[in-house]
Amino acid sequence: MSEKTPKSDGGVTQESIFGTDEEAERRRTPPAERARRAFDFYVATPFRVAWSDWRTRIGGAGVLFYLLMGTVGVVLVPPPQINEGPYYLKPFVDWSMPLGTDNLGQGIFKALVHSTPAMMKMALAGIVFSVGVAVLVGMIAGYKGGVIDTILMTMADVFITLPGLPLIIVLAAIFSPKEPFIVGTIIAIDQWPGLARMLRSQVLALRDEDFVEAARSIGLSTPTIVGQELVPKVAPFVLISAAGAAVAVIFQSVALYFIGVLPFSSLNWGVMMQLAYRQGNAVAAPGRAGHWLLFPLLAISGVSFSLILFSQGLDRVFNPRLLARHSETVPEDEQEDAGGL
Amino acid sequence: MNYYIRRFAQAIVTFVVGMFITFALYRLVPGGPVEQIMQDRIQRMQDRGQQVDTRQVAEMAEQLTGINPDQPIPISFYEWLRDIVLYQDFGESILFQDPVFDILFRAMPWSIFLSVYGLLLGFTATIAVGVFMAWHEGTKIDSGLTVFVLVMRSIPYYVAAIVMLSVLAFQWGIFPTGGRAPPAAQPGFNLEFMTGIARHAALPIASNFIVGFAGGAIGMRALSVRVIGADYLRSARLRGLSTNRILSRYLTRNSILPIYTGFMLGIAGMFSSNVITEVIFQYHGVGWFLLEAAVNQDYPLVMAAFVFFSGITVTAIMVADFTYGLIDPRAGTGATRESF
Repeated sequence: MSEKTPKSDGGVTQESIFGTDEEAERRRTPPAERARRAFDFYVATPFRVAWSDWRTRIGGAGVLFYLLMGTVGVVLVPPPQINEGPYYLKPFVDWSMPLGTDNLGQGIFKALVHSTPAMMKMALAGIVFSVGVAVLVGMIAGYKGGVIDTILMTMADVFITLPGLPLIIVLAAIFSPKEPFIVGTIIAIDQWPGLARMLRSQVLALRDEDFVEAARSIGLSTPTIVGQELVPKVAPFVLISAAGAAVAVIFQSVALYFIGVLPFSSLNWGVMMQLAYRQGNAVAAPGRAGHWLLFPLLAISGVSFSLILFSQGLDRVFNPRLLARHSETVPEDEQEDAGGL
Repeated sequence: MNYYIRRFAQAIVTFVVGMFITFALYRLVPGGPVEQIMQDRIQRMQDRGQQVDTRQVAEMAEQLTGINPDQPIPISFYEWLRDIVLYQDFGESILFQDPVFDILFRAMPWSIFLSVYGLLLGFTATIAVGVFMAWHEGTKIDSGLTVFVLVMRSIPYYVAAIVMLSVLAFQWGIFPTGGRAPPAAQPGFNLEFMTGIARHAALPIASNFIVGFAGGAIGMRALSVRVIGADYLRSARLRGLSTNRILSRYLTRNSILPIYTGFMLGIAGMFSSNVITEVIFQYHGVGWFLLEAAVNQDYPLVMAAFVFFSGITVTAIMVADFTYGLIDPRAGTGATRESF
């Protein structure tokens, strides 16, 4: 409803005399009501949409479970202690040690719970680093184009080419990091280039849209356009990739702890697996120490399953509309099905 | 043609820049290789109660690593690169006391063997399962396979490797528990050696297969579902073409295109994750040597393994770029676009 648009007969519209309905409504709405509506629009509605998909529901519940385990669980469950039970106790035998014990008689369940915060810190550091750099590089490259695009994408290509895991192994061997945040950042080093490239191609599709062109023609600065017009459009994608980055960081950190590249001072799932492998000989003789190895394995598979389900669900929730807006090849009635089960 | 030359030059630049970053990083970090070795030696001499001559130790460390700490990094990088290009001289491994080139050259085929098979099998399965799911969209087969793929994807490949190693190799003894070939067999074209290699490689390839497979089946399915709705597919059906032809020539070929980019990145990822696989199965490929070298501060070997991994990745991505035009004839070769 633009006020200044003249009608074809040269007159002006009714609204331009008395103000648009929208403005009148805004004047009448108290701030509390406006806040409630904003909450409904930005928080409650996406949540409702997300809840309607079974994948988001199960995945979200799983993610929540792990988050609680890492925050509340640490407070509720006492830390594991040496000789609190017999050595190599089988799981589900003694209910004070529900998952059995390791070679020093420490409860495996307690160790699992107290490993969660370290894993969460690593995943968080990984997400912040990789998604942050990817958003910065991808959005600027895609939007600015030209020389900047070439430079940034060449940079991304160099980092794609640097073999990820070998680089991480070398860095880990040089720095010997113990702090979970640093470990997470190092591991996320090979995550951002791919993400930046994908973001760039999304921005490429968006930058020629009408609303961006309008913003440009009224002389908004690049940071404003990128921040206010483009970021909200790619936010769902960023959220989904954040879940992907978390999975990747957890996978790789556990792998590196397991093969013994990273030094450790505190417990985490990878360390537990390594100890079970080295000291318990759990791979060759799973009869005795198998459970020591198995439960961390299950914990990792569980967290990645939840995160993947969650992001799949989000993808389904957000994508059809994004697709519908940008796709010309897909007929209307197929779009709903595109991301479906 | 111009595009190919430019792309090739870009690959070379990427390769050299990547190597330089690693090289400089390794040199610049505190506690780099020379210092590490020096500390190690001094510690050992003090333990034995010997007189410590720092100068002498420093010289020895320099000789072992081939690093001259007084030289600026760009110059030593140039010399290092020159030795590699002209004389294939990567230096000598501190850990194995052998020329690095020989070690890696012997290990290379084994790593490529594992990765290529894992990748090819994985991607073939991804495409086949994705198209199959799309073809049966909305049925029980579809939802069952979706759940299966999701579960497969959330199990890390090394978890699968550990479980397979424990059950199939240690418990049931179907496969060997590590190594790359039976120690007793005579290397060459004889049946015992060849079946031995296949049996040793089976489990690592299976776990690499999981890496390659897990990623894309769901995405492939979504893409195929969209292609199924396209008009040209309907008209193909109306023209009475056989289902097989529609599936292979129309559906798969068109839905593969976006996956192909993922395939390029998959090459890099595969060689990376192969490191873990090789360590778990004690498979002496490049990845295993890299890990041993990194843990033991064997600087020349680490750098050379790095060159190997970067070289493979650059080449693979370049080849994939060049062949993209064959798969998608519409793909422009480096279209230019307006810059704001």
